[in-house]
Amino acid sequence: MIRSLPRSKTYNWSFNLFILLYFTFLFAPLVVTCVLAFNDSNFPSLPWQGFSLDWFIADGPDRIGLFHDDQNLRSIVTSFQTAFFVSILSVIVGTCASFLFEKEEFRFKGFLYFLMLAPLVIPGVILGISLLLAANTAGTFFEDVFGLDFDLFRPSFWLVVLGQFSFISTFVTLVVSARLRKFDHSLEEAALNLGATQLGVIWHITLKFLRPAIVGAAAVAFLMSFENFNTTLFLVGSEPTLPINLYLQVRDGSTPVINAVSLLLIVGTSLMALANLYFTKKGD
Amino acid sequence: MNRSRLAFWIFFAPVIMWLVLLIVLPHLDLLTMSFRGENDYGDPIWTFENYTNFFTEPVYWLTFVRTALYAIITTFITFLLAMPVSFFIAKLARTRAQGALMILLLLPFWVSELVRIYGWMILLRESGVLNFFMLKLGIIDTPIEMLYNDATMIMGLVYTSMLFMVVPLVSVMDSLDDSLIEAAHDLGAGHLTIWRTIIIPHCKPGITSGSIVVFMLALGNYLTPNLMGGKNSLWFTEQIYNQFIASFNWNQGSAFGFLLLLLSSLIIWVGLKLTRQKLGEVAS
Repeated sequence: MIRSLPRSKTYNWSFNLFILLYFTFLFAPLVVTCVLAFNDSNFPSLPWQGFSLDWFIADGPDRIGLFHDDQNLRSIVTSFQTAFFVSILSVIVGTCASFLFEKEEFRFKGFLYFLMLAPLVIPGVILGISLLLAANTAGTFFEDVFGLDFDLFRPSFWLVVLGQFSFISTFVTLVVSARLRKFDHSLEEAALNLGATQLGVIWHITLKFLRPAIVGAAAVAFLMSFENFNTTLFLVGSEPTLPINLYLQVRDGSTPVINAVSLLLIVGTSLMALANLYFTKKGD
Repeated sequence: MNRSRLAFWIFFAPVIMWLVLLIVLPHLDLLTMSFRGENDYGDPIWTFENYTNFFTEPVYWLTFVRTALYAIITTFITFLLAMPVSFFIAKLARTRAQGALMILLLLPFWVSELVRIYGWMILLRESGVLNFFMLKLGIIDTPIEMLYNDATMIMGLVYTSMLFMVVPLVSVMDSLDDSLIEAAHDLGAGHLTIWRTIIIPHCKPGITSGSIVVFMLALGNYLTPNLMGGKNSLWFTEQIYNQFIASFNWNQGSAFGFLLLLLSSLIIWVGLKLTRQKLGEVAS
């Protein structure tokens, strides 16, 4: 039944076979996508017509490879910018939130904690439309009352950043809080006894201790932002992020350029996830 | 004491701004918008019309019921598939292989959902890779369209949310003491009895948190039903999108959004009540 108990041959074999099938199921779509990025054909399908890098480096007129495809390149840059700002913002606010919930006592703490968890159970689509509505209301309000016109309140780059930030902060808070709970408070007390200020202690001691968790959370935030679709869909303006841009292309028919983009995404995110895993292991 | 107040406000201010401006106000806005409408003269009024439309138009509520049912089916299939996989990793795999298996399991899910779906599309469609091989092997004579039906859509949903079931199940099975299973085995219990009386009761917290997350993700998913489902498999999030972006009827869309939010909160609440858990425990 388990490692320490005797098992029959059939039991072992069928279980191993099942796991093998399961991992094939997991990886088949990814492997196929990657392989077909190198097929010398105008469609992302078999038969195999030979190895080619056209879908990465060709620059027209028949085929335009990824590195000459302005639209895709621009969306990759947009996604990087979005993810950059989202991870910085959510790490700052998420760390504040974990200090607030782990170290401070105040009225309505339970209620606020519940609110902090709420983005976990709000579907991304709903978050997107709510923010779109709120931004619209705020925009109308500012225009009517002050006669001011803010770009922020229209679907735009910064609205996407705010939308993703609003739920990614929750994940950062949970990761950092988990680490903060392991913190040995006598270290803080010692520093305070030796004359450090409260904020000095937080800066020099507590944040040092939290650094692995904060770096890990930032990486997770970056990845989550980079691949977010549901919330972004409603907030995006004239600068689509990579997932939105890919979606529009997939919906309207496909060329192997999409495979090339996917390959880069798969390799990039895997490397980042592995690096993150390696460093958090090391940090513990 | 003064300094400590300062620290409190430094933590409190960004968190309250995040929660009020980006979570509370937008959702209140969603709620009010759903009760707004226009009378015959085009003046804005308060009305229940957006909700009565939902109940009188069969298309709307049928989509709603279908979405909920399919999300439940997806959750159940995910659970059935995840159980043996997590059991294998936690209890059967060699201790050395465990880490590697976990990493392999996590990797596909770091890649954008869109890329995974795209992979399935080029695998399954009429000119896809699977059809190519089946034709080559002589299993079929003419290519079959395997995309754009409900079964494929559910498979896609199971695929995209798999991870969120496996991870909590593995961690909860890891904490199950092997000696309990050994004792049961020594006393003559069969596999079924061991699963029914020891493993499943022990895994309940993991099953609940996994099911809640998977259900929520399936319910709020937009990409998978949109790209893999057929013309007839409309998902409720697509209805919301259509109201917002295509017909520009934000009031109707808000009502739909609020109903979806209500349904997901309700099911999560029932799930937590049935297993007597708190949201905070499930989240961490």
